[in-house]
Amino acid sequence: MSVQELAAWVENKLTERFGEALLMTEMHYDFPVFYVQRERLFEIMHFLKEDESLNFHFLTTMCGVHYPDKAGQELGMMYQLHNMPENRRIRLKTFMPVGDPTVDSLTPLWRTANWMEREAYDFYGIRFKGHPNLKRILNMDEMNYFPMRKEYPLEDGGRTDKPDAMFGR
Amino acid sequence: MVINNPTTEQVGDKEYSILNLGPTHPATHGIFQNVIKLDGEIVMEAESTIGYIHRAFEKIAEHRPFYQIPPLTDRMNYCSSPINNMGWHMTVEKLIHCEVPKRAQYMRVIIMELARIADHLICNTIIAADTGALTGFLYMFQYRELIYEIYEEICGARLTTNIGRIGGMERDFSPKAWEKLQRFMKEYPEKLREFEKLVVRNRIFMDRTIGVGGITAEKALDYGFTGPNLRAAGVDYDVRVMNPYSSYDEFEFDIPLGTAGDTYDRFMVRGEEMWQSLRIIEQAMKRMPDGPIHADLPEFYLPPKEQVYNNMEALIYHFKIVMGETEVPVGEVYHAVEGGNGELGFYLISDGGRAPYRLHFRRPCFIYYQAYTDMIKGGMLSDAIITLSSMNVIAGELDA
Repeated sequence: MSVQELAAWVENKLTERFGEALLMTEMHYDFPVFYVQRERLFEIMHFLKEDESLNFHFLTTMCGVHYPDKAGQELGMMYQLHNMPENRRIRLKTFMPVGDPTVDSLTPLWRTANWMEREAYDFYGIRFKGHPNLKRILNMDEMNYFPMRKEYPLEDGGRTDKPDAMFGR
Repeated sequence: MVINNPTTEQVGDKEYSILNLGPTHPATHGIFQNVIKLDGEIVMEAESTIGYIHRAFEKIAEHRPFYQIPPLTDRMNYCSSPINNMGWHMTVEKLIHCEVPKRAQYMRVIIMELARIADHLICNTIIAADTGALTGFLYMFQYRELIYEIYEEICGARLTTNIGRIGGMERDFSPKAWEKLQRFMKEYPEKLREFEKLVVRNRIFMDRTIGVGGITAEKALDYGFTGPNLRAAGVDYDVRVMNPYSSYDEFEFDIPLGTAGDTYDRFMVRGEEMWQSLRIIEQAMKRMPDGPIHADLPEFYLPPKEQVYNNMEALIYHFKIVMGETEVPVGEVYHAVEGGNGELGFYLISDGGRAPYRLHFRRPCFIYYQAYTDMIKGGMLSDAIITLSSMNVIAGELDA
């Protein structure tokens, strides 16, 4: 099955089952990418994992993304699933407004989601509903902002000894 | 999170002791903190804290042009940094649709397999050292040194290599590098066999490792294990075979598998992988094709210095690359390589700017280390130490 066929097949299966919840399908290089409604993310993931023919049993990775200019869809989550026996990989994306960054936790489906979601919370402030232990993981607990969001500069903005122009930034 | 008080917990007529193992502890190789609740010597519960050497690479990467990112990847799994470097180069090559010449691909395979040997060598000898067999560790380390000398001949650096370039390699192997590589191929198998004789059927070693820190295949997949730790549990997943990159499909090698997923199996899988890596290097050396060592990619591949001084075109491209004026396609791409510890993935979103819009590293250590507290539960405290070293958790990769 080529990646195009895979994209069409999974798209059909998802539309058949969830209808409107699948917003868009795209191809990015060798990856089919599915945009889904965040309200139904858990159901869709559960279906992708448990359906016998789809069998996307392995959660490869997930991460947050921040697009400050997309009004109402500022924060996003990217998930990558893998069907190891058939070697099929897909990517799912879901977006949410920065004012209400909540999405379902996948920890009940995959234990590996636990730390990955904590990482996304730590860096982007995305709150995962149903996560057993949602707290910062790599940064210190006292931190009061989410450093990977685009509005936070790489270095302390108050520094005058390292102007950006001198470093080609 | 450091818990100083209380150091004991009273439950009914039982008293548990709470031990703060780490962050800097001589028995853990790296900076890991685990707060362990002990019943005598049995681990009842554990909680790990990570992030002690977090350096915000994902944030830094959003502010660096593509050619400045390999030094960041070096510092993740510093035991096998060439694999990380190559993974990043291949990610960018995928983004810009660049075909790397065969010779460069074979050179990359040799370097990546050397890195895998160096990685597994450290892990395996450390397991032996943690069970009390320090001899093997000191004995084998001279061969890691030899591998580092080969890196040095190729790229000038030893630990954080920054080896290779986007589009190929920075220079061809020197005659000295070939000579050292041949010496390594001749001497290393003998020493590896000697080391295996020392530990593999050693009663003490077997008693300390068999059935310790085991994990089933289902659980390992649930926890997102990849690499030798997953293969030790009996799942034959290897990125080199599943999604071949850099001409891995042209080499013949086996994927060793374990059954129980315990410390002994992880040790044996890594040991056998070193033999397979040697096989791959041998084939690559024998069949090394001639030809250019980098693709014709002036927009990304820095021209040689002499040309920058004497040739206008080279000067322009040099300036464009260094100042980040290169045109980069818009798109998102994921590329995975089989790192020392498993699937090392790079997820890159490019918006056409000089730096990645978003770069996410799928770091195998970070993903499988969360199973650690589960794996040591019910075992002895001393077994927890070997389990940690047999999982080969590298602090740099864990915290990124």
